[in-house]
This record gives sequence, C-alpha cells and structure tokens, in this order.
Amino acid sequence: MSFLGGLSLPKTWQGWLTIVLFGFMYGPIMVLGIYSFNDSRRYTSVWQGFSLRWYESLFQDARIFRALQDTLFVAIVAVAISSVLGTLMAIGLCKYYFPGKGIYRGASYLPLIIPDISIAVATLVFLASMAIPLSIWTIVAAHMVFCLAYIAVVVSSRLGSLDPNLEEAALDLGATPTQALIKVLLPQLMPAIVAGCLLAFVLSIDDLLISSFTAGGGANPLPLEIFSRIRNGVKPDMNALSVLLILASGMIAALAEYLRYKSSTLDR
Amino acid sequence: MSQTVSPAISQSADRRVADVELCQVSKSFGEDTAVNTIDLTIQEGEFFSILGPSGCGKTTTLRLIAGFEQPTTGKIIIQGQEMSRTPAHRRSVNTVFQSYALFNHMTVKDNIAFGLRIKGMGRSPMQQRVADALRLVKMEAFSNRYPAQLSGGQKQRVALARALVNRPAVMLLDEPLGALDLKLRKEMQVELSNLHQQLGITFVMVTHDQEEALSLSDRIAVMNDGNIEQIGSPKEIYDHPTTPFVADFIGDTNLLKGVVAFADHHLLKIQTPEGTTVLAQPSANMPADLKTAVVSVRPEKIHLSQEPPPDEGNCYSGYVKHVMYLGTHLHCVVQLQTGECLTVMQPSRTGLSWASTTPIYASWLPTDCLALAA
Repeated sequence: MSFLGGLSLPKTWQGWLTIVLFGFMYGPIMVLGIYSFNDSRRYTSVWQGFSLRWYESLFQDARIFRALQDTLFVAIVAVAISSVLGTLMAIGLCKYYFPGKGIYRGASYLPLIIPDISIAVATLVFLASMAIPLSIWTIVAAHMVFCLAYIAVVVSSRLGSLDPNLEEAALDLGATPTQALIKVLLPQLMPAIVAGCLLAFVLSIDDLLISSFTAGGGANPLPLEIFSRIRNGVKPDMNALSVLLILASGMIAALAEYLRYKSSTLDR
Repeated sequence: MSQTVSPAISQSADRRVADVELCQVSKSFGEDTAVNTIDLTIQEGEFFSILGPSGCGKTTTLRLIAGFEQPTTGKIIIQGQEMSRTPAHRRSVNTVFQSYALFNHMTVKDNIAFGLRIKGMGRSPMQQRVADALRLVKMEAFSNRYPAQLSGGQKQRVALARALVNRPAVMLLDEPLGALDLKLRKEMQVELSNLHQQLGITFVMVTHDQEEALSLSDRIAVMNDGNIEQIGSPKEIYDHPTTPFVADFIGDTNLLKGVVAFADHHLLKIQTPEGTTVLAQPSANMPADLKTAVVSVRPEKIHLSQEPPPDEGNCYSGYVKHVMYLGTHLHCVVQLQTGECLTVMQPSRTGLSWASTTPIYASWLPTDCLALAA
C-alpha cells in the first residue's frame, strides 16, 4: 500500500487517518518550506516562481548572524557545563546511597516537567531580587537548568543498563577509582553523554520563552530576533531561516538518536 | 604489588602456607548480617570452593577477599599481610565476575592488557604476557574482536585471561560457570582444573553447584546463613558431613530425626517419633551426651530385597511407592510400614518386582549411615 508514490490510495480508514494526521503535523512546515523559495517582493500566498533570493538576503543580514552567534554561544556554554555536571550527577545518583536520595533524584529531574514559563518567571524574579543584571550569562544560567536535567536523564538510563561490576572489575585490575572512571566508565557512557548533549543543544537553540525573560545587555538570540521581526509583518527570509533551522536541528537529533542506537547494540 | 614475594612464602619451600586467612570476619549491611564471624584459611596453590545456597553469604565472603567490601569486624590476611582496610586496587588478587564485566569499548587484547597497562608495564613484555594469556585460554584467534562479537563461553575465557595475566597471588571466581549451558559448563570445568594445575595459583571459587565444587576443589567450605557449616575435602564433605545441613545440601540423603536411646563410641541407637529404631555410627564431632540426633542415609547405601537380609543392621519392611527410571539407576521412593518415606537408588539391573503391593525390605549397615547432632 504505497500511497507515497501515488500508486494506490489507502483502503482502510486507519490509512486515511494516518495521512490526515501527517498532513496536520507537517503541512504547515511544508508550506513554509515551499514559500521560502517564492520569487515575490513581499510575503504573499501567490506563487510567483522559484528563487533563492530570500536565502541570499538572509545570508547578507548581519543582525541575523549576530543573533546566531548569541544563540550558539548560549547553547555551547550551557551544554558544556551541563555535560560535566549532569554526568557526575547521574553517576552519583546511581552509585551512592544516602538519605533523601529519592527526593534529590526527583528534584533534579523536575525541570523536565516544570513549564518553561514558570522557569522563566522564577529565574527573572530571582535575578531581580538578587540585583543581578541581565546579560548573556543569565541566559546561559537559565538554560543550564533544563540542559542539566536532560543530560542527567539520558546518562542515567545508560548507566542503568551497564554491568554494575564494570567499575569493580577496573579496580580489581589495579586501577584507582579515578582511573576506573576515566578509562572504563566514561568511555562506556560517552554515547549517552553525547546524545544527551545534542538533545540539550537542540532545546537550547530552540528556546524563546526562557531567553526572552532572561536576556539582557544586548544579547539577542535567534528565536528572539525572529519573533521581533515577525511582529512587524512576515518576510519570506524568515521562512528561509526556519527551513535552515529545521534542517540543522533534524540532523543533530538524528545524530543523537544514531549514537544512542549504536551504544545499545554495543552491549548485545 | 603482585611481583613482591612475601617472606613467609620464600622461607618455607617444603611446608604449605596460608595464602588467604579470614579471622573472625563478619559483615553486616545495616540490620542484615551477611557473614557471621567466620574463620577461613586457604592454603597456597589450593583450589578452594565456597559452596552454599543463594543468600548464604558466599559472594560477600569473596567480595571481602577482593576488597569490594570492608569487614564489619575481623581481619583479612593475604600472603601474610593484613589487608582488611586495603582498597581493591592495591590487593594482589584478581576476580572473574559471574557477569564477566568485560570492557565493551575495548578489544579482547586490550581487555586483557588493562591490568598490565595500569601497572605501567613496557610495550613488548606486555604484548608477550597478553599473547601467553590468550594462548592459555585458547583465544589467540579472537584478540582483535570486541566482547559483543563473542559467545558466552568465549567471554568467559577472556574474563579468565584478563585476571590471570596479572599473575595474582589469588584468583577469585564468582560463579564463573553460572551463565553457561550444561555442555559448555562441563568443558570449562575441565579447563579450569587444567589452568589451576598449570599455573599453581590459589583459586577461590564461589558456587552453588555442589557437583562443580566436588569435582574441581581440593577443599570446600559449605556455607549456610552467613556461617561456615563445614570445611573439608570433597570426600570428607560427602562421606562425613558434620551437620544435617551439609548432609542434605551435598548430594541426596534421607534424614531421620529422633531421640538417642543408646550411645557408645561406635554406635548410636535412635528412636524416631514414628517408632523406627535406627542404628548409626556417630559423626566425628558428635558430643557424647546428646539427646536428639539426625541420621543421614545416602540413597545409594540402601538395599532393597524381597527377603529380609541375614545380617543384623537396619532393616525395615515397606512397599515401593514410586519408581523413576534414570538409565543407569532406578530412583525409588519407599514407604516404610512405620510411616517414613525413604529415597533409594538401585542399579537398574536388579530383578525385583516394583508393584506397589509387593512387600519389600529396605536395609543398610550401621556403618553406612551417620548420626549427626540435630
């Protein structure tokens, strides 16, 4: 039943439902993508021929590149710090027993379910009450909150599937606890750490809400820049930018998934 | 660490010395006592097994020797040096884990070289040692494979090689063959035994498989509920168990509990609640003024006959309740007239009739059964 090639249409209502749902989810994105190639002076729904002019104008826009720089700076710094802390947190929570461990574990994963708007408001109120001026570093700090939780979750699930005797085996063969961590545990966790980082990275470059509450000092990440431009009317160069962002995020997410898959087949 | 020879060993070339000593060692996890004040002396070069049901504390004992756990009380001495508080990486022992715990991100060769590399051994002697270890476990052809590409038995060999390449004073094996299927287990038993003889290293193995322990070990410690019930050679453990638990756990046995009616040095007369009187020889450690005792009779020591046998031993009438054909043997359950049931092993060539109505006599000599302190 390959209705993708248009050879035959689905014969069951489940098949039709699938098509409708996929259309619902990806239709707008496809329209966005198609109109980014529309050869028109301003935004219009009339197709006026294929053109790469909006991509050209995008690449000549210095403000977009400054915004991209800010976004990448925030994402890379937040993910880099969170990767170290998140991994250590996951290892600590897996290995040691201490009173209140359950509460600690729950509290560390809470940012996954707390609404972004709450994190954003809470961070802003906290920063104001501490009289900390808003800057690009306050965005980094706020992003670390959810990056840390995502990385810790991914690393934890990998740790849970590892042989609990691995570290003991390394100690048994004469490795110090530090050597056991660096030479045995970390290499086995690396695919999960990288996958967690990529996931956190995508979430960070995508974030509008938390950034908009905590940005200051001239910092203006890409989602903020896009949002402010859209308010004054949509230009197809924003379509072009969105297409590029979707492609980049998709590739990163696919890489993260591939690494996770590869690490799970390693243990069979 | 492993290269240093302790003075105790070099001085006594003729006399066997203790390689591992546990003195009054106990280990508790919170409220639970896993190991309850045990004493253990393992000789140099010995194949020593710790045998017991799951949860008896045998693995904890091994982990105490390896250094993964610290004893709550008592001392652990390895090659004459007290090691109770020494962390695992500074002990000259190496462990083979039940799960193998191979490093999946390294090749077989790198797994085996891990210990030597950590010690900072030079490249060419290290390659030589790794090659020797690979040859010893017959895995030369697999040196560049990753653990995920190996079968269970092959992983087991790599785990062995990774431990013994370090030439430890003591090899610790935690249920080393537990994850293998029956046929492979038999093969690896032979190989383990060969390795032990070739290397002359002390082996300490933990197992719940009594057959494995009996066939491989020089000596066995039987553990139950955190305590050591008996230590002895396989033959001593099987033929002269000192407690009812050991008699029951090692091989099959019939246990008859009763009151001591008469006792001297060679013979005990025991009256069971059902009214059966059993004559038995007392076990070596039996106190003289015992009130109650348990008689252990191995199923293969009991003879079945249709006429009462002439010699005056233990002879009881009853009937055969159930028969299982096991090829070389028949496994019978005999119901005695007094009410007890006995398990009996008979060679399958006996021409007796097994109809359940046929009266039969079950008999055995007092010297073929053992009275144990209840």
